[in-house]
Amino acid sequence: MLDISSGLSMKNSISQSKLHFRLRRLFIQSESVRGYTMLSPTFLAMVLGLAMPLVVLFTLSFWLQEYLDFIRTFSFANYFEFFQKPIFGKLLLKSIRISGLVTIVTVLLAYPMAYFIAFRIKKNKLIWLILITVPFWTSYLLRVFAWKIMLGYNGVINSGLKSLGFISEPLAFLLYNPTSVVITLAHAWAAFAILPIYVSLEKIDRSLLEAARDLGETAWMTFLRVTLPLSLPGVIAASLLVFIPTVGDYVTPSLVGGPRGIMIGNIIQSMFGESQNWPMGAAISVMSMFTVAIMISLFLWGTHSYRKRIA
Amino acid sequence: MNLDSIIDFQDVSKSFGKVTAVDQVSFDIKRGEFFSLLGPSGCGKTTLLRMVAGFEVPSSGEIQIDGQPMSVSPPNQRPVNMVFQNYAIFPHLNVRGNIAFGMRKSGMRKSELDQRIDEILELIKLPGYGQRAAHELSGGQRQRVALARALIKEPKVLLLDEPLGALDKKLREQMQIELRQLQKKLDITFLFVTHDQEEALTLSDRIAVMSEGKVLEIAEPNELYESPSSRFVADFIGAMNFFEGRVISQDSSKVSIATNLLGDVITTCKKRFPVGTRVWVAIRPEKLIPQFNKPELEGTHLKGTMAASAYLGDRSHFYVHINNKEEPVLVAMQNLERSTTAVQASQNVWLRWSNSAAIILERN
Amino acid sequence: MTANKPWWRPDGFYVYAVLYLTFIYLPVLFLPLFSFNDSKYIAFPLKGFTLQWYSEMINNPSMLNALANSVKIGLVVAILSTIFGLLAAKAVTRYRLPGRGPIVGFIMIPLVIPEIILGISLLILISLANIPLSLLTVGFAHLLLCIPFSMLVLVSRMEGFDRSMEEAGLDLGENAWMTFWRVTFPIVLPGIVASLLLTFTISFDEFVLAFFLSSIEPTLPVYIWSSLRFPSKLPATLALGATIFLISFVIVTFAEWVRRRGVRLESTSGI
Repeated sequence: MLDISSGLSMKNSISQSKLHFRLRRLFIQSESVRGYTMLSPTFLAMVLGLAMPLVVLFTLSFWLQEYLDFIRTFSFANYFEFFQKPIFGKLLLKSIRISGLVTIVTVLLAYPMAYFIAFRIKKNKLIWLILITVPFWTSYLLRVFAWKIMLGYNGVINSGLKSLGFISEPLAFLLYNPTSVVITLAHAWAAFAILPIYVSLEKIDRSLLEAARDLGETAWMTFLRVTLPLSLPGVIAASLLVFIPTVGDYVTPSLVGGPRGIMIGNIIQSMFGESQNWPMGAAISVMSMFTVAIMISLFLWGTHSYRKRIA
Repeated sequence: MNLDSIIDFQDVSKSFGKVTAVDQVSFDIKRGEFFSLLGPSGCGKTTLLRMVAGFEVPSSGEIQIDGQPMSVSPPNQRPVNMVFQNYAIFPHLNVRGNIAFGMRKSGMRKSELDQRIDEILELIKLPGYGQRAAHELSGGQRQRVALARALIKEPKVLLLDEPLGALDKKLREQMQIELRQLQKKLDITFLFVTHDQEEALTLSDRIAVMSEGKVLEIAEPNELYESPSSRFVADFIGAMNFFEGRVISQDSSKVSIATNLLGDVITTCKKRFPVGTRVWVAIRPEKLIPQFNKPELEGTHLKGTMAASAYLGDRSHFYVHINNKEEPVLVAMQNLERSTTAVQASQNVWLRWSNSAAIILERN
Repeated sequence: MTANKPWWRPDGFYVYAVLYLTFIYLPVLFLPLFSFNDSKYIAFPLKGFTLQWYSEMINNPSMLNALANSVKIGLVVAILSTIFGLLAAKAVTRYRLPGRGPIVGFIMIPLVIPEIILGISLLILISLANIPLSLLTVGFAHLLLCIPFSMLVLVSRMEGFDRSMEEAGLDLGENAWMTFWRVTFPIVLPGIVASLLLTFTISFDEFVLAFFLSSIEPTLPVYIWSSLRFPSKLPATLALGATIFLISFVIVTFAEWVRRRGVRLESTSGI
């Protein structure tokens, strides 16, 4: 009797330790398992803070709000309102237009600067890179604020030109319109655009350029046929990094845009502020993200066919 | 399991997804040996080494070090140490710091440790280098520090992953001699991975030739060179000439092979072949002796014409074109006399060999 | 390809670069300029030097309170996001992970999503979960924003040094934790310092998320936003802005210098 039970318990403990052995072996053997374990805290934090909220946002867009309570029944009412009232669609398209303009201006201005640091600076690259990246990290709000004081009716530019005698009346067109929004944002995002372009230019093997020159191309053609295509990933990244956040921006339109310069972000913000219609705000947000996703797909498809064509 | 073995591979395999890097390897390494794993890139030798070190876990099979199974032991608990291919010298520590790194848990008093480090610095011929920063060291110096760092722990086996690959020729040859002396002096087993067969032949007590995850042959250098057991190994180690042949007869002392070009070859052979088997008759280039004057008995020679030649200072290599043979025959000749006359292309040359130089290998 | 031009004919690119940098820095330099100006109006001509706006700024208890809030959140977010970023960077650079691309892409989403969307989504989630708004909710949102930045800095740092260093550490007898402490950590340290400084600055300067997720206790940017509505407070706000800009500038310059200098140190050791 004793033999059997002690035999059984020994068998149990052996199979337990065998299981433990096998689990341990799996853990040590599978690099992926160890890697994922290490990644998990960060990943979980991001799921909690990113995936869940976005799901909730999407869900909320189908609800309705009455005063301070949500009516949790499924309804397309918000989306109907979005398509019926012209202001939403118009504002969204206007925001896309403005963001597109900002992106083009910013990237066009940033490219030569990135090119300069990548190709023309041999020593002291570090200093130039620091000069470029540092403003990128400091307060966005302050940079917009700086433009506000620059462009105002009695602001820096106007008063400066006035006291220098160039104008007698202040220029009214500087502030509170879409143009001021574009200028301010192009300034705010400048460094954001330079960095990805710089990185992809830096990676280009210099001997490729030498080979092109050796084969008879002029400097300009070398740029068009070799440098530009190879830097395209950086340009694409820069464009996306500027375009996407700009669409939802409300700070800049709020400070320098005036009534003519408001964008879709201002409407969304008011839905969560004075207008107190969260579900509507959620619906507008979803529509905005959806539109942005479409624009990006078109953009990527366009650059993809361009790359195929020149290949 | 042999008490003489210090590492025992038992049916070890390793796959990465669909790729089999190591395929059912079984052999053992003797205590105190300088053992080399030799093979082309991708043959699995580095993977095998890393499994001994503990950085890869075998997909199946078992590795025993000094009788202890090692498969679930992490690298830091194994009685082996490794010299990495790129040396992996810690940039934030100086030479002393690097060498002392693994001794933290040894419980040694500081004075004792310092003395040990000084001794090791002498051993690797870098006396007084203790305070040097990592980035101030040359490639060769870094390699010695990597060696010292591993040796100070007195491992049972020292693992070396192509340590001499990045060094220039002269330095490499010097380091080869030093490594061999070091190994003999310390009486530690060395497991050495290389793709350079000359290096393996120079350094090793025994060599395992690997290809595509399998171990093809394990033998002492001269046996591997003079009596390889397969065409791959014969061709991989040094250069080799192959002639087609067929077995006529075989008895206890000798085997007779019929060939088109060499006539009937009679030599000794360890392997048994049934009559009629297709074989290669393989002869090393230095075992073919050329003469440029027509011999009296032409039938005992192989006749050909000079295709190309290379002058290497102490010896010359000739490529000789033989009728009815597709590939030219390579002949290596010692330049025993000072001669300034070059050999003419298309010149006739007659090759002589002795039957005992012929190696018989299976042909499929 | 580029011939050496005589010094009096500047390279076109160089001229462009200088103009561009002027464009970037000039508007911001007006902040400190007018913060010392003895006038309630932010306009030319300059009226005279004064420090009254700075003293007004310092003697404002609600401003100091907002400053303290921002510093508190900034410190916590910097440390936490760097830890998370370090774990993720180590996992991504040192282990073979199938599906790594999409996961990293997912973690990077906060970099590209419009902040307002992120802000309102978190607001909705937190409200539905009946969690009250506070500095903690702001901190959590900042953590989400900063983790991708931390990861970017640390991944580039960890990719730059060879995996075999850590294997050597293990081989020489240290377990995983001690290997991290004695090998990985000292080498990655410049990246960690840079990440701490960068994430602190991002959190410190961040406005949109803080706006949506704070309640009565404001952070400094939120405080500035509210004081922008009062023109009489404008010069003092300028003074505050100038100060913040200067501090951020110094911190970030130091961070970038540390990070890039660390990279250089390694390339000379030639491994």
